[in-house]
Amino acid sequence: MRIGVFHETYASEESLLDSQTQRAVFAVFLAAFLALPLYGSDYVLAMVCIVGIHLIAVIGLNIITGNTGLISLSQAAFMGVGCYSVAWAARWGIPFYFALPLAGALTALVGVLVGLPSLRVKGLYLAIATLAAQFILSFCFREWESVTGGVGGIRIPRAYLFGIELSGDRRLFYLIFSCVFLLGLLACNLSRTYVGRAFVAVRDRDISAEILGVNLLRAKLLAFAMGSFYAGVAGGLLGYFYGAVTPTYFDFGLSVFYLAAIIVGGLGSVLGSVLGAAFMTLVPEVLRVATDLARPWFPGLAGLLLPMGQVVFGVLIIGFLIFEPHGLAEIWARVRRAFVLWPAKT
Amino acid sequence: MSEFIEFSLLGLFSGGVYALIALGFVLIYKCTRVINFAIGEVMMLGAYFYYTANVIFGVSPLEAVVLALISISIFSLIFEYLVLRPLSGQPVVSVLMATIGLASIIHGMVEATWGSDTVNVPRPFPSMRLIFGDVLVPGSVVTNFAAAVVLIGLFSVFFRYSKTGVTLRATASDPVTAATLGIDIRYAQRLSWVLAGIVGTIAGVLISTASGLSPLLSAGALSVFAVIILGGLDSVLGAIVAALAVGWMESIVVGYVGGKARDVVPYLTVLGILMIRPYGLFGTRQIERL
Repeated sequence: MRIGVFHETYASEESLLDSQTQRAVFAVFLAAFLALPLYGSDYVLAMVCIVGIHLIAVIGLNIITGNTGLISLSQAAFMGVGCYSVAWAARWGIPFYFALPLAGALTALVGVLVGLPSLRVKGLYLAIATLAAQFILSFCFREWESVTGGVGGIRIPRAYLFGIELSGDRRLFYLIFSCVFLLGLLACNLSRTYVGRAFVAVRDRDISAEILGVNLLRAKLLAFAMGSFYAGVAGGLLGYFYGAVTPTYFDFGLSVFYLAAIIVGGLGSVLGSVLGAAFMTLVPEVLRVATDLARPWFPGLAGLLLPMGQVVFGVLIIGFLIFEPHGLAEIWARVRRAFVLWPAKT
Repeated sequence: MSEFIEFSLLGLFSGGVYALIALGFVLIYKCTRVINFAIGEVMMLGAYFYYTANVIFGVSPLEAVVLALISISIFSLIFEYLVLRPLSGQPVVSVLMATIGLASIIHGMVEATWGSDTVNVPRPFPSMRLIFGDVLVPGSVVTNFAAAVVLIGLFSVFFRYSKTGVTLRATASDPVTAATLGIDIRYAQRLSWVLAGIVGTIAGVLISTASGLSPLLSAGALSVFAVIILGGLDSVLGAIVAALAVGWMESIVVGYVGGKARDVVPYLTVLGILMIRPYGLFGTRQIERL
């Protein structure tokens, strides 16, 4: 039981896991999770890996949109930049542990370029500017054939660690989730630093933030740089995971998907990113399984799967916006509170 | 030279339909401060209503248009009531995502109901093509342009002279003052959604008669952002001028550079304008106070 947590130092109050119970539960969860390749089926493992990749991109977007309040509709395009950078780095024989940060850095550069309009415009105008960037970048992915391989896509050589080929979901699982943990930890800590607090100040009222001494130029561009760094790493991992990608993967729909994930999960919270990414990735799968089960009774249902997925996607977004604006993270907090306070009523 | 004139004419004429779609955006933005990402889907839905009435039920074209307009009005009212009303006053990102969610729902429902194949839609108006010397403008383009001009003209008269139009303009320019003067703002906002739905439907019918109707129709509406950003989000006149300018530019670029450029020209324009003149040619510059 988690009873009577009294903080005696500021350090303990600020710590991410603030009680013995929490630490124990988290350790058990971590151990069970890291052992997943030993007992999980291929399907489960592949899904978890995809959730992990989406998760990195979603955390990045949450830094841009959730923490700093800059609406970005170009996260998918950033992922594409990361993916193609990794493809080229891998071709030149750069090992993945250099290639991924390199891809991240390159994407961050692109992100800063895309973020430049945010200095002059905000809100809807910024959303449209990033939308334009998304379409221009995906145009480049399709048409700049000497670099991106055009519509046919590009192949990404395998990653090697100490001569071991990182192929198959089981080995990539560890690569993906070490990135997830590293970057996730960074995002968790971000909100406790000057930079993270500056981001929140810019979100809440950018003019006030400027008066308080936050350098708007630096804060906004840094947010875009960080968010797109995450997207770049996610794109690189996606490249290693699939081994070949086509530009259609990084389309406007994926950007919207990420934005939906942070709204469903909870804006400005890392836990929200985790829940949102997992939830939004798994919903189509659940739908697919449900239609498979219902097929004997409704044979026409399979053809409706795609449109139905779109309808469910839209309903989820609108439903969360109206009924649960703080997202799954808030539901999680409420459930936890209920357990902590039980049997008292919340 | 005659080639240049032909491209220019084609571009200017196709700008007419852009102006209609842009009008739909501007109407909603002015009255409710919402950018409606679902306008493409509303267009598509309206066009499918027209198609259903005309082709499947065999109603005459004019009556089919009326039926489509009535049904889209009802749908717009439902959207406004269920989605936008509860979210009024929420942050920009929420409202924006709500319209994207709406777009997704409409898209899915249309695909589930009518399928994703392209269907042919007969035209409601007779078509005539224009010939200037050796320059030829296809009939569908001319009819679309004429219809757009007539409709925009009607709307301008409506906004200028009718009492409802004045109410709408008052709400757009200052909602609080409008409310104190006894204008029902909610009614005005609802009406702006209905009007945008009507404009969108007509644009959708015009486009689908020219190039066939499929759920892909909705994607084209996103490139109209170039128009509304160039014209300024809250200016009807700006939208019209910018629509003609963007239509012209697109046609020239496509004519001289190649068809693939069509995908990217509007967005390059958007970025350029946002960097140089963020509030567009005719938009109001916003002044922020603490």
